[in-house]
Amino acid sequence: MADLSHLDQLEAEAIYIIREVAAECERPVMLYSIGKDSSVMLHLAMKAFYPEKPPFPFLHVNTTWKFKEMIEFRDKTAQRLGIEMLEYINEDGVKQGINPFDHGAAYTDIMKTQALKQALDKYGFTAAFGGGRRDEEKSRAKERIFSFRSASHAWDPKNQRPEMWKLYNTRINKGESIRVFPISNWTEKDIWQYIRRENIDIVPLYFAAERPVVERDGNIIMVDDERFRLREGEVPQMKSVRFRTLGCYPLTGGIESTANTLDEIIAETLSSVESERTSRVIDNEAAGSMERRKREGYF
Amino acid sequence: MKGLLKFITCGSVDDGKSTLIGHILYDSKLLYTDQEQALRLDSRVGSRNGEIDYSLLLDGLMAEREQGITIDVAYRYFTTDKRSFIVADTPGHEEYTRNMAVGASFAELAVILVDASQGVLVQTRRHARICSLMGIRYFVFAVNKMDLVNFSEERFEEISRQIAELTEELSLSNTTVIPLSATDGDNVTKLSQRTPWYKGTSLLEYLEEVEISPENAGKGFYMPVQRVSRPDRTFRGSQGQIEAGSVSVGDEVRVLPSGETASVKTILAAGKETETAFAGQPVTIVLDREVDVSRGCVIEKDSGLAPYRELSVSLLWMDDAPLSPGKEYLIKLGTKQIPGVLTKICYAVDINTGKHIPAESLSKNGIALCEIVLSEAITADTFALHRTMGELILIDRVSHATSACGVVQALSGQARTGNAASFVYGGVSARGDVFEEFFYDTETLSVFRYQPVTSTYTVGDTIPVKGESYSYPDSFDVIVLRDRAAVKVRDRVVEAVLPLEEYEFTGLPLVNGRGFEIFADSPETFRRFLTEYEDAGDHERPEFFRKWVRFDTYRKVVIR
Repeated sequence: MADLSHLDQLEAEAIYIIREVAAECERPVMLYSIGKDSSVMLHLAMKAFYPEKPPFPFLHVNTTWKFKEMIEFRDKTAQRLGIEMLEYINEDGVKQGINPFDHGAAYTDIMKTQALKQALDKYGFTAAFGGGRRDEEKSRAKERIFSFRSASHAWDPKNQRPEMWKLYNTRINKGESIRVFPISNWTEKDIWQYIRRENIDIVPLYFAAERPVVERDGNIIMVDDERFRLREGEVPQMKSVRFRTLGCYPLTGGIESTANTLDEIIAETLSSVESERTSRVIDNEAAGSMERRKREGYF
Repeated sequence: MKGLLKFITCGSVDDGKSTLIGHILYDSKLLYTDQEQALRLDSRVGSRNGEIDYSLLLDGLMAEREQGITIDVAYRYFTTDKRSFIVADTPGHEEYTRNMAVGASFAELAVILVDASQGVLVQTRRHARICSLMGIRYFVFAVNKMDLVNFSEERFEEISRQIAELTEELSLSNTTVIPLSATDGDNVTKLSQRTPWYKGTSLLEYLEEVEISPENAGKGFYMPVQRVSRPDRTFRGSQGQIEAGSVSVGDEVRVLPSGETASVKTILAAGKETETAFAGQPVTIVLDREVDVSRGCVIEKDSGLAPYRELSVSLLWMDDAPLSPGKEYLIKLGTKQIPGVLTKICYAVDINTGKHIPAESLSKNGIALCEIVLSEAITADTFALHRTMGELILIDRVSHATSACGVVQALSGQARTGNAASFVYGGVSARGDVFEEFFYDTETLSVFRYQPVTSTYTVGDTIPVKGESYSYPDSFDVIVLRDRAAVKVRDRVVEAVLPLEEYEFTGLPLVNGRGFEIFADSPETFRRFLTEYEDAGDHERPEFFRKWVRFDTYRKVVIR
């Protein structure tokens, strides 16, 4: 009998979870953030149902400040795979001119958290897959694979539903919804190794290339379009950089690197002395900031 | 490199579970610099006067940090030169026992901490008992806080004796006892100079080396069906994960509970076509002919599995509301979810002594052997024989809470499998659920149905139109939507069994596959009935049935 490898076991667990949701939940959706974790999750969904297409749509919550290459990649991917890709933008936020330069934490709240809640309510989704992993952050390490949200999308970390074996209880009351994390047990290293094994397409920003950047508060930020506000004395410089995580470009720190193959990226990740979250500017706040946002409805 | 090890840490409050794991991560240089920096910052305001408080690496919730306790399971992932690990750090408070059980259901090995200054406590016993109940087969008892007892060999021996008693009582195999200090690091990742009398290995060395023998998943091949994939008319595949054995193209398999057989035409393993697939793999299986397969069915070969209606289950009660016999719950077992009544508590288990005690009710965190009667027979087995067919949860029908989890110890009330079709003619077959009896069970105060008739009828046969709980006219038509077939009965004799497409409305009384009257009085209304059935999604089914059928025209519920 063949022994399943570690990656095979992780893949099997994720596929099992994705199929359970498709079979039991009334209106599921898969959140798609265009990053590497989402790319893996999308790949797993394609495998789970093949030759059928995933029996649910995908949703990208667009803050309007994503890297250009991310949006191109999203549209190309949806078309290539023939999947339904929904985009949601908080138009109120756009009208009010909410942006990452002036509004700090309020920007994340309005353009990400509120936008997500609005999108879920608009379509009436009862279950939403997310690419969160438990090794990312301490409050995520505590979260169940099936994580329940009240009608106002709040998470109650002190009263989580028990989750035994793989017997997932998906029953909810009207208005409530579930966040489902099929790749909870994957580490960053697993993600990269799986991307290499399965030859999964990812946004080129993960590979090192010469890009126009400025250094600001210890972060390397890419000047992706003309909306970027340069501070006095800042002049974009071409540097060989890549990104370990992807989000809104003014809030995503890159690293100087020449790694432009998967093998080089994996080698660099394994020897890194810093966790991937350091490259997300919004996370470097007080302990518990992630939990607080999650309680308020952030994914 | 050894395979992945999934383990939990458990034990009573303040036995140092989180500190122990934190220390392993710290010592093994498994922290990123930013995590280490955050730890130093957090520790400065903590209770250890600026010394590093390793537990802060795991107690990630705000309430946990404020109260200095662990509330819920934290999962950590780490790799040493020798092995990869996933550890679930679980809470010690009795109040959060169910969260500890969540961790136990996931693990292969348990590290149970015992405070050297306190010895084996009730909570230690409770956790060991739950670990054993959930199927953990490897145990390490970590006698912690040896620094508080001056690394006394005598004290260690005393506690080892208490542990030996517990081990014997629970019939635990594969147990190891290690003296250590989680805060100071003695015998955590390397052997300590302060316990020269201890001849074993350090905890981490033990975890790196321990061989976990493969789990006995059960004989034969079986796969609970998660969903049936029908992207178009040409493809129909059953999706699920193989739980035991292997299956190859060409194999003759059986579908439970119907018992119908078919051979395997195609196998897709994680999306790729393959000749053979093995336990653990997610697959889509295409059979060579149309058989009745839906979510909750089990596809098997030589497993000896069968459908049962009555289960004896060791339950861990997790709901704030106590268990009371006679209540109906939803039972989830494998991929099947059906109503069942918890009829009886055979006995509760004294957490401390293991004694069986009579009980009328069971409160949160209690363990008891209970009997469950299901509303219909489902494929199940004992936890010992086919593990995943013996794991179940109870869901409260109103609050939707997961009220209990349990493992099947024994089964009874085996149901007939065999040929499920009761009407057969030519290539057409239809189920005979019209012969099911409905009865009200005075013991469980619930309505059940069962099918006593095992005969198969074909054209020319006389059928029983009257049973204990049904009475059909002598001439009527049966429309079996699930099988897309119609049966014409004239003067109690089967006149025709034909595909639904060839049936035309006759004006005689109409019943559906379950013997309910269909409200169709003209060819037009009958056509509308069929169209609405096709269009109704699973969630519109109740509405469809309310509009079109009636139970009590030809049927009633009898009291037993």
